[in-house]
Amino acid sequence: MILDYIPLFLTVIAGFGLGVIFKLLAEYLGERRGTAVKSSTYESGMIPFGTARERYSVKFYMVAVSFIIFDIEVVFLYPWAVKFRELGTPGIAAMAVFFIILLLGYLYEIRKGGFEWE
Amino acid sequence: MTLEIISFVVFALLAIASALLVITAKHPVVSAMSMIFHFFMLAGLYLTLSAQFIAVMQVMVYAGAIMVLVVFAIMLLNLGDEGKLRSGFNFRKLVAWFLGGALAVQIAVLLSNGALSNTAISEKASELGTAQVIGGELFTNYIYPIEIVGILLFAAIVGAIYMAKKNLPTEE
Repeated sequence: MILDYIPLFLTVIAGFGLGVIFKLLAEYLGERRGTAVKSSTYESGMIPFGTARERYSVKFYMVAVSFIIFDIEVVFLYPWAVKFRELGTPGIAAMAVFFIILLLGYLYEIRKGGFEWE
Repeated sequence: MTLEIISFVVFALLAIASALLVITAKHPVVSAMSMIFHFFMLAGLYLTLSAQFIAVMQVMVYAGAIMVLVVFAIMLLNLGDEGKLRSGFNFRKLVAWFLGGALAVQIAVLLSNGALSNTAISEKASELGTAQVIGGELFTNYIYPIEIVGILLFAAIVGAIYMAKKNLPTEE
């Protein structure tokens, strides 16, 4: 049983391991000449100002919550999609009701300006 | 069989270690990252129980979506000086110790009276945990719960809009 997942574990380990190896290689092989510019927060980018602990706009929160809600909606699509043919018309009807409920929520969010940045 | 025990022990130890790091780490972002690691280890534990679908959902929903919310909460709550959070003894800590102790007693009682001794996994477990089986069950026998989940998510949208838009005029 658990043996079936050995390819999955190998993929995870290889993915994680490659990242670690490249980081270590860069640290070992790379040359380091630190200058004042290089050690600035955004090298060749904007000059940082103020504190990073400002209060953030609630707009970011709306993006996060919308992402989570529609992510969970999509999660329910997976078991439905792999069983789509066997479920037939009742399955489509069940999913349609589920989707219409969330479509109402989606329309409500658009109407209330939940997706607008300003 | 032994391979299952070894993988369980590895996942369980790493899960406990990362969970301890979540509550002991001084920096909230370190806590959040060890929580992601903890969720991955939990997904591994679900795999040892042959619950493939739950394992994938664990990574997708918790390590993906829920952690986005946790990181946002860290960002939005605007913790000034994390050192200040290390408070001494207070009422909240007393309640936390009491609840944790109650849970520990419950687990100890369950372990001692042998309620958890039957740990064998059903032979059919690996067939039952797939997305196909869960999809077949969800959209035939559990249609009403699915639609109620839709209404719950709808309520979450309305609640989020109400809370976010209520605060709009006060900022900037």
